Amino acid sequence: MRKYNIPHNFEFKSIIELYAQWIKDGTLKINSDWNKDLKIKFTVQDPCNIGRKIGTNRIVDDLRFVIKAVVGEENFVDMVPNRSNNFCCGGGGGALQAGHTDQRRAYGKVKFDQIIETGADYVITPCHNCHAQIEDMCHHYGGKYYTVHLWTIMCLAMGILGENERTYLGPDLADFGLTEKEES
Amino acid sequence: MAEPIKLDELICEFKEEIAERIPDANFDLCLTCGTCTGGCPASEQYDMDPRKFLRMLLLGMDDEILKSPWAWVCTMCGRCQSACPMNIAIPKFIYNVRASWPRDKRPKGIRGSCDQHIKSGNAMGVPKEDFVFTVDDVAQEIKDEQPEFEDLEITTDRPGAYMAINQNSREPVTEPDEMSPLWKILHKAGADWTYPTVMWGGENYCMFLADDEGWRYIMEEFVHHIEHTLKSKVVVNTE
Repeated sequence: MRKYNIPHNFEFKSIIELYAQWIKDGTLKINSDWNKDLKIKFTVQDPCNIGRKIGTNRIVDDLRFVIKAVVGEENFVDMVPNRSNNFCCGGGGGALQAGHTDQRRAYGKVKFDQIIETGADYVITPCHNCHAQIEDMCHHYGGKYYTVHLWTIMCLAMGILGENERTYLGPDLADFGLTEKEES
Repeated sequence: MAEPIKLDELICEFKEEIAERIPDANFDLCLTCGTCTGGCPASEQYDMDPRKFLRMLLLGMDDEILKSPWAWVCTMCGRCQSACPMNIAIPKFIYNVRASWPRDKRPKGIRGSCDQHIKSGNAMGVPKEDFVFTVDDVAQEIKDEQPEFEDLEITTDRPGAYMAINQNSREPVTEPDEMSPLWKILHKAGADWTYPTVMWGGENYCMFLADDEGWRYIMEEFVHHIEHTLKSKVVVNTE
């Protein structure tokens, strides 16, 4: 819209900013107790669109705030480099549909190595393209991590993640929180 | 012996052409330091990298630039420009290279998604009736099966909703159960929101295709719908 100077009265926001705001002001009651003993490690892929491309770390810092609130600060492992200096996963810019598959995967090897280096069990990908690319690289390069959307882990932490909503979770979390709920 | 390049004799039509469209391009300021290339994951693919590609532009190798498929391997992530000491607009250069390919020669997958978006408001080409049906269907399922959410209300095109949310169309189309966790979070937060059904796909393949006209059309239709029908104060993207 800036590019085309289309006049508008509304404000543009990323859902990540809202999550952070709601957790900070208590609207959204969420904590990391569920992971206190499990100690499952998470890392995050910064979407270029809400990091480098907006020219500030404001939203990617919100993203870290949310993830730490949800999985526990000690269970979050950042990649290096990160935030506005992150590496693109290689799925952006239409690359997933551009047809240059070998090149796309070679590009993504940088990201794959970075993920492996964190030792994380899960990669949180708030962007759908990053999700598809990072999951594809895990299969292609034989990684052992799982690639999840942020909302999955948020609902898991709040104990409201339904049975059908667990496609991307590993066996360690596939049933987590389900049985207790049925009993109660 | 190699001949020195005579700068006065260089013809750089393509450079002139795109520099006119990008006033802050800074192409001529390149120091050839290679910082862009050192931090670019697309470097070496198709024997190309950002520094080399930019040298080609500055040396007037216009045909060679357009012959290389590299512009479609680069993701325009912007890391090169943010590292560049001279702030050269490399991603915009790539965008313009893409735009200089004949439309029918640009990658079929990206082109198809852009065409679908123009036609039906999302890259998957799903009619809006199907989108609305899926949303209602998944919402009903949650209400039926998860007692905690029996009062969950999910709306499409509800005028006056404070927030209009657009989401990647692959979620409702290929993995509808991925919408539920988002809805539950919004429900818990008491958010006042709706899904627009005009240009509702959160993705933008016309931008990737470098189809200016298509991109502008999508944005105009979307903005018009929000401003005139929904009158939402905030537009939220889920990515």
